[in-house]
Amino acid sequence: MVIIMLDDTDRRLLRALQNYPDGGVQDLAERAGCTTATATRRLERLRDSGVLTGQHAVINWARLGYAVEVSLRFTLDKTSANAFDEFLAKARQIAEVVEIQTFLGRVDVRLAVVARDLGHYQRLYREQILMLPHIAEIEALMDVALIKSDERLPI
Amino acid sequence: MSSDDLDLAILRALQADATQSAGAIGRMLGLSQPAVWRRINKLKADGIIMGRRLDLNREALGYPVTVFLGVKLATKGRVSLEDFERAVTAIPEVQSVRHVLGLYDYRLRVVARDLADFERILRRRIMTLPGVGDVEANVLLSEERLPGPL
Repeated sequence: MVIIMLDDTDRRLLRALQNYPDGGVQDLAERAGCTTATATRRLERLRDSGVLTGQHAVINWARLGYAVEVSLRFTLDKTSANAFDEFLAKARQIAEVVEIQTFLGRVDVRLAVVARDLGHYQRLYREQILMLPHIAEIEALMDVALIKSDERLPI
Repeated sequence: MSSDDLDLAILRALQADATQSAGAIGRMLGLSQPAVWRRINKLKADGIIMGRRLDLNREALGYPVTVFLGVKLATKGRVSLEDFERAVTAIPEVQSVRHVLGLYDYRLRVVARDLADFERILRRRIMTLPGVGDVEANVLLSEERLPGPL
């Protein structure tokens, strides 16, 4: 991995970009207290060195008609050698899965799943989730409200 | 493609790369730049596009450790929920807070400089929050975001 040294200007630019990702270079430069030319050059360097790898739109699934969002936490049966790989490969094929995370801890894998309503969720759970291989235990947490989700780094 | 399918195609494109211009997306879908622009604005106005998020290399920025915490409140009631939420969202290392129903009351995403730093955040900031009861920690090893049902 390339280690690049970030100075205060880089940090200010990244902070501004985290807070105003829609902003143009001129706007960001102003917020970071540098010239537009410096901002352009620095942002290019942050991209080239792999610090800033992209930007993605955040979708509100509820507004799109997926009212139910559930966190499914799995413990896998690790007596089988390929349990993780096989589980993850199958989980990726379920269209309603929006996030897959693996952990060190009591939980092995978490899937974030969206569904149109509870009926849809129930079908999804019975027909697809429970069919996933190597499940030892499942726990479900249903999302009630998103209190904070900016996922900003404190840089 | 139907009108809804076009919106979904635009969402798919922006979810993969939000820096794409309306013109570039239009060329891909066979739509004019203004037509795509109008649709994107409508998707934003309807709250379907909540905003943009940066994809940052957390290791390079000094935050290689991400931990998910399940937090159960010891005392409940409307006031304690509000107190907890206000205090927890003010912690800079806490990246997301979700109120959930199930084994825990809240799910937190926390970043740290290393495990010692995480321990400090957990002991000094999280465990001292108003109303905190049981806490379960799971250290993130890998993460994938999928397009979902678009």
